[in-house]
Amino acid sequence: MKVVSNSFATRLSLAIAVACACGTVQAQDANALNAADETATEPEPAIGTSGKLLLTGGVTQIEGSAGGGLTPWAVIGGYGTRDQIGGNAYYTNVAVDDYGLQSYGALVGLFDRVELSVSRQLFDTQQVGALLGLGRGFTVRQDTYGVKVKLFGDVLLDQDSWLPQVSIGAQHKRNAEAGVLAAIGAKDDTGTDFYVSATKLFLAQGLLLNGTVRLTEANQFGVLGFGGDKHDGYSAQLELSATYLLTRKLAFGVEYRTKPDNLSIAKEDNALDLFVAWAPVKNVSLTVAYVDLGNILIRDQQRGFYASLQFGF
Amino acid sequence: MKTSSILGALLAYAALSILPVSAQDMPAAAVVAAPAPARTVGVPDPAPVHPDLTGVFADFGGMPGMTALMDDFMAIMLKNPRLRPFFENSEQDRIKRQLAEQFCAILGGGCVYSGRDMQESHAALNIRRADFNALVEDLQTAMDRKHIPFRSQNKLLAVLAPMNREIITR
Repeated sequence: MKVVSNSFATRLSLAIAVACACGTVQAQDANALNAADETATEPEPAIGTSGKLLLTGGVTQIEGSAGGGLTPWAVIGGYGTRDQIGGNAYYTNVAVDDYGLQSYGALVGLFDRVELSVSRQLFDTQQVGALLGLGRGFTVRQDTYGVKVKLFGDVLLDQDSWLPQVSIGAQHKRNAEAGVLAAIGAKDDTGTDFYVSATKLFLAQGLLLNGTVRLTEANQFGVLGFGGDKHDGYSAQLELSATYLLTRKLAFGVEYRTKPDNLSIAKEDNALDLFVAWAPVKNVSLTVAYVDLGNILIRDQQRGFYASLQFGF
Repeated sequence: MKTSSILGALLAYAALSILPVSAQDMPAAAVVAAPAPARTVGVPDPAPVHPDLTGVFADFGGMPGMTALMDDFMAIMLKNPRLRPFFENSEQDRIKRQLAEQFCAILGGGCVYSGRDMQESHAALNIRRADFNALVEDLQTAMDRKHIPFRSQNKLLAVLAPMNREIITR
């Protein structure tokens, strides 16, 4: 976290504070409701928080949306059910051969219907920065604002149906390095991805499958800008993941994400990861992965490790 | 990246080849009628028999195992502030017996479920999704304590999960 601007840190802490406050207010509302309703004979437990089952809110992907590591899923982040608000904060560090990528942020899940997220990506060029004349350790900063809306289906409960849970979402990305991006041939320093995700848990098989189609202009998730001299404009990209549940708390899987190849200066490859996600308790999850990002700028075969820690409710 | 592309293709193929298996399983099993008392027309069968799950019933330790499981399950729920209000003033012994019957019937254990359908038995309870999930969690805890294999737990839960439509009323 080399380049944390105050404004972003403030916004992030504000988002977390709002999320926590919402949870508290809701719990108080429920208590008030119970007090007013004392004559009722039906049981009336508090609405409370964290009513979703373990890991069913997913973890947080690299651009701050609930999902796997690389790709968003149709789940709404946090452990809130349709009567509740959920939220979480995460920190992710990716270390491949010649680059580093950090991502951190927070999200709020509203009534298991809408997810709002804010996150920051920091792309550390390390030695490559010096070779490109940007300076060693030159770091590109990008802020991403996400929204996701569940359309229909339930990832877990509709076990007698084929219907997956389906959500649509957008990730608006603002890259802070317009000058550098123009120099490498990118057409824009801001861009918005649009995606649709379908996620289904086949419980009897212990298998969670996700497919996401993303319309994007982004080069390397946006850290190298949007559009390019080779290709400008949106293209449809496919993101797939399969997760096998080993226990309630432990899952492993594979993700694959295709990416555009817009810049003539450097080929862009698709991304792959093999991950293990562990939730020892509901409020904490740790995901570690082997990741292969392929060619990035002047360095090929960028492989390494991914680690992500998430706290939430 | 040739390796990435090949893995991607394999993943897509694996996804496609896994899906039809579960597609065949589920509707076929749902069609089998339970030898249970006459039920309201149009209300889903509360104990659809899955003869293919008799191995799962064995993993639960048959009816003695199921009965012991329900003792633990009820005890765990009565300690859970979210669930206690639903059970503390109810006929706990009857509920435990009928749950054991229901699960035994579903898992092809040959029992006859003598209780009411899921809609009728939960209609007055004002159950939220978070309550339903809390019950699932406590059932998972109870099954873990009985060392029932995770895969077998999930095969039972996969049959129970769609009942949320009759059970959750708010």
